[in-house]
Amino acid sequence: MDIKNKISNIVPNAEFKEQGDLIAVVPADSLHKVAEALRYDKEDAMDYLREIVGMDWGETLGALYYLESTTSHNRIVLRTETSDRENPMLPSVSDLWKTAIIKEREAFDFFGIKFIGNPDMRRLFLREDWVGFPMRKDYDLKSNELNMSNEVNADTTEEYSLNPDGTLSCKHNVVFNPEDFVVNIGPQHPSTHGALRLRTALDGETVKKVDPVCGYIHRGIEKMNESLTYPQTLALTDRLDYLSAHQSRHALCMCIEKAAGIEISERAQYIRTIMDELQRIDSHLLFYSCLVLDMGGFTPFFYGFREREMVLDIFEETTGGRLIQNYNMIGGVQADLHPDFQKKVKEFIKHMRGIIHEYHEIFTGNVIATTRLKGVGVLSREDAISYATTGGTGRASGWSNDVRKHHPYAMYDKVDFKEIVYTEGDSFARYMVRMDEIMESMHIIEQLIDNIPEGEYRVKTKPIIRIPEGNYSASVESSRGEFGVFLESHGDKSPYRLHYRSTGLPLVHALDSVCRGEKLADLIAIGASMDFVIPDIDR
Amino acid sequence: MGMREPKIRSMKYEEFKNNDYLEEMVKELNANGTNVVVTTADQLIDWGRSNSIWSFLLGTSCCAIEFMTLGAARYDMARFGFEVTRNSPRQADVMLVLGTITNKMAPLMKRLYDQIAEPKYVVAVGGCTISGGPFRKSYHVVNGIDKIIPVDVYIPGCPPRPEAFYYGLMQLQRKIKLENFFGGVNRKQPKPVEE
Amino acid sequence: MNTSFLDYYSIQPVTNWIHETLCSVMPEALAIFIECVVIGVIVVALYAVLAIVLIYMERKVCAAFQCRIGPNRVGGKGGLLQVPADVLKILTKEIIRLKNSDNFLYDLAPYLVILASILTFSCLPWNKGAQILDMNIGVLFVLAASSIGVVGILLAGWSSNNKYTMIGAVRSGAMIISYELSMGITVLAMVVLSETASISGIVEAQANGWNIFKGHIPAILAFVVFLIAGNAEANRGPFDLAEAEQELTAGYHTEYSGLHFGFFYLAEYLNLFITAGIASTLFLGGWMPFHIAGLDAFNNIMDYIPGVGWFFIKTFFVVWLLMWIKWTFPRLRIDQILTFEWKYLMPTSLLILVLMVVLKVFGLVF
Repeated sequence: MDIKNKISNIVPNAEFKEQGDLIAVVPADSLHKVAEALRYDKEDAMDYLREIVGMDWGETLGALYYLESTTSHNRIVLRTETSDRENPMLPSVSDLWKTAIIKEREAFDFFGIKFIGNPDMRRLFLREDWVGFPMRKDYDLKSNELNMSNEVNADTTEEYSLNPDGTLSCKHNVVFNPEDFVVNIGPQHPSTHGALRLRTALDGETVKKVDPVCGYIHRGIEKMNESLTYPQTLALTDRLDYLSAHQSRHALCMCIEKAAGIEISERAQYIRTIMDELQRIDSHLLFYSCLVLDMGGFTPFFYGFREREMVLDIFEETTGGRLIQNYNMIGGVQADLHPDFQKKVKEFIKHMRGIIHEYHEIFTGNVIATTRLKGVGVLSREDAISYATTGGTGRASGWSNDVRKHHPYAMYDKVDFKEIVYTEGDSFARYMVRMDEIMESMHIIEQLIDNIPEGEYRVKTKPIIRIPEGNYSASVESSRGEFGVFLESHGDKSPYRLHYRSTGLPLVHALDSVCRGEKLADLIAIGASMDFVIPDIDR
Repeated sequence: MGMREPKIRSMKYEEFKNNDYLEEMVKELNANGTNVVVTTADQLIDWGRSNSIWSFLLGTSCCAIEFMTLGAARYDMARFGFEVTRNSPRQADVMLVLGTITNKMAPLMKRLYDQIAEPKYVVAVGGCTISGGPFRKSYHVVNGIDKIIPVDVYIPGCPPRPEAFYYGLMQLQRKIKLENFFGGVNRKQPKPVEE
Repeated sequence: MNTSFLDYYSIQPVTNWIHETLCSVMPEALAIFIECVVIGVIVVALYAVLAIVLIYMERKVCAAFQCRIGPNRVGGKGGLLQVPADVLKILTKEIIRLKNSDNFLYDLAPYLVILASILTFSCLPWNKGAQILDMNIGVLFVLAASSIGVVGILLAGWSSNNKYTMIGAVRSGAMIISYELSMGITVLAMVVLSETASISGIVEAQANGWNIFKGHIPAILAFVVFLIAGNAEANRGPFDLAEAEQELTAGYHTEYSGLHFGFFYLAEYLNLFITAGIASTLFLGGWMPFHIAGLDAFNNIMDYIPGVGWFFIKTFFVVWLLMWIKWTFPRLRIDQILTFEWKYLMPTSLLILVLMVVLKVFGLVF
């Protein structure tokens, strides 16, 4: 049965918009009913909630729910809104998808929309004493001065529920009891990989609860995008997940190209694909180094960096940048490949294939490493989908979620590659997924590197690009999961709202359920094996 | 007495920029004249301090990854005496601020700076820490950490290359080499108020 | 076996001569007092110098393992003055006083750690007749003195009033107390083999062959167990849980700065040296030269190396072994460490002890 009919059967007055993505406009009071029906649909359950994008449409506030089925990979967007700007309320879908808990928190933080029934309605990124909601269109950017007082974090969360008479009542859920031994891991800590803070309740060495506090590197990129032209927005994507710089930028370019109807040359597609895969190798090598370092092994750290430098050299020759390359442009790429590019890449792959056994000898086969990783931090497949932990973490739990396979872009439908899926769901599986993906990425590059067609590397585009009205989205498989770009255009030269799907936020959210009952040292190892990058979480 | 030139092994004095800044600083420090014995002791201590810069990393984003490269085999910062990175601010000499400092992070950065034992130095790495960088117009980014804590060396770049890190850290070494340990304060800080 | 080299090795005549000369110009009590002071200064100086050597060695060794160069700029070729520069820096660094902490215990802790370390250090047999503390229960004294260190660590963790230091200290306490058992039992096995508990006696009992050869199977096993337990005692990787940089920032000494931190840092390296020194004393013959029975020419050449030289060669070899382990393995987890000790290492060491006694009784050792 068509998805439109399904929704129309439940809500007869649902409207459909098809500028860009297929959007079903659903009134707020029947949102939960529709969502539940789609979530538990017999034929094609929409069990993967990709993203909740909070929106401010001027008169109304609302949200877009991007859903996907893990079996047929069909996608649908639900749109709902409320016209009450003073005290906006929407029903929560956190009972259907666990990831909604944190995504709704984000929408609350930015737009002040209270989700009725969500057990955790605290601010996510901003300080608890922050005034106003920055992503609203009427927010005054100067209204919050730099506050140098220490932030006090409440030990309870708010849960709103609606009384029969229409008033709001608030229940307080306890996060930490006064007698809990709460240790702050972060925001300045050697193994949180950036400024993440994990409030951890310990019972001896055993982790009782983890409460992630984000926002220490929240730079307000999404708000800044609203006043930048499309080509200008590109520069900020590289700084989101700096280890997936190419891929994030690729996603944004793809989204804008799709919306503006720009066709890019095949040469550019090849270059983008090769660069994406090189970036993935770069990121996974860094993952290896950091995981090992977090587990106290110092020497293997240098192995990963040794080969990573070779990838960075290749990047530098062509793009001029080492970590952040600013290479993809709307309409293609910034510059043509360096004449030595193919030779260097082939040399690197040969070298890497010859040396990867060292990685496995020093770490993978080590008895300490295996006992510390195997069977630790198990994430089941159901939880992985419910928490929307895409990328290697999801694939280690047996959830086949590779965007390159299911929604091919660039050259991925032309190359032959295997999606690495493990079923154990423990730290070791997460580690092995990444190590195997290095091999698979090299396999992809080998198929492309000799066949790069001649042609334009970049289609000329106007400096100011206007995108027709509508909602557009694009997603790529970045180094650590599905990176999505969600764009709403009102026909201007800058986006009305440009939202990025963070690959790391669901991972951090899942940390609590994965780490409970494990040891403190495992918390660090699990965090490293999940491989999140904080600036990408906080945006 | 002429200015004592800070020497960095195998680098020429003229190859560094901002030498006039150092000369100015020395003039200020030696305004009251210096004692020969004390100067010799000072030189010894400065030699020790400048060659043993233990860093404390306040790494929030991209620049921190480039700093890891600095520690890895190709660039190997251990050669110069920057080998040890302490994760406890109490034991560090220099705080490297790597990456954007947001409004939420700013009080924590101040607190970490206060926790470092004297003598302490701050290096601001990357465009974001110097001025806010690409995020200057954001509502949640501090436009330059020098508004909050005193900064000794700025290393621009987004992120800076490892060579730029070296240049910056050597500049810091040069600065330390000119300090007076006895009878002089290098940084005029108000005394902390006893509670 | 020819044991004439023992007299040639002894520096007893030199020390006796010094003592007699001093006694001839002053009363004996004063002479002994002066000797004590001189020896105390020598011990502390040696302690500091060795720490510098060890830190430098560790940096160079780990650089070599990690395809790096390591320090090579500060002070001439090979960065020889890198560690003295660090020492100078630490000496002039501020010592932070904490609010809301137990100040007396906070200040006491680093001294306890360094005291335990120096006490153990002075029991090492440097050469024949060059042992500072020598008593008939020497090995027991070493075991007892080394465990004062754990008190210092626990105090440091507790008095800093910080959760990280607390976790680090408790980890360290649990670990050291457990591993002391295996260590003690393996030491006992060697006492059984040597028939004495005095350190000089143990060394001299190895004049006709090192214990590791004399005791064959149980001695080799005991050597391995001792190295593992000693590594844990010295809080070094893969047992460096108490510090566990990636988990607890700097473990029990997170809140210490300046010289107090320097004490912990020194003690860490010296404990490594002491562990290696005791291992070489018990198993590798201390200052005894390497002899192969029958090859007299070879043995004579070996005798040219002084006893102190032998002691350092053996000890630094064991130190190098321990460094190799540290820079290769990832860190263990606390429950794994305790399981390993109580379920595997301690029964093994008990077995070694029983085996050693049986072999000794039936005269099956050399």
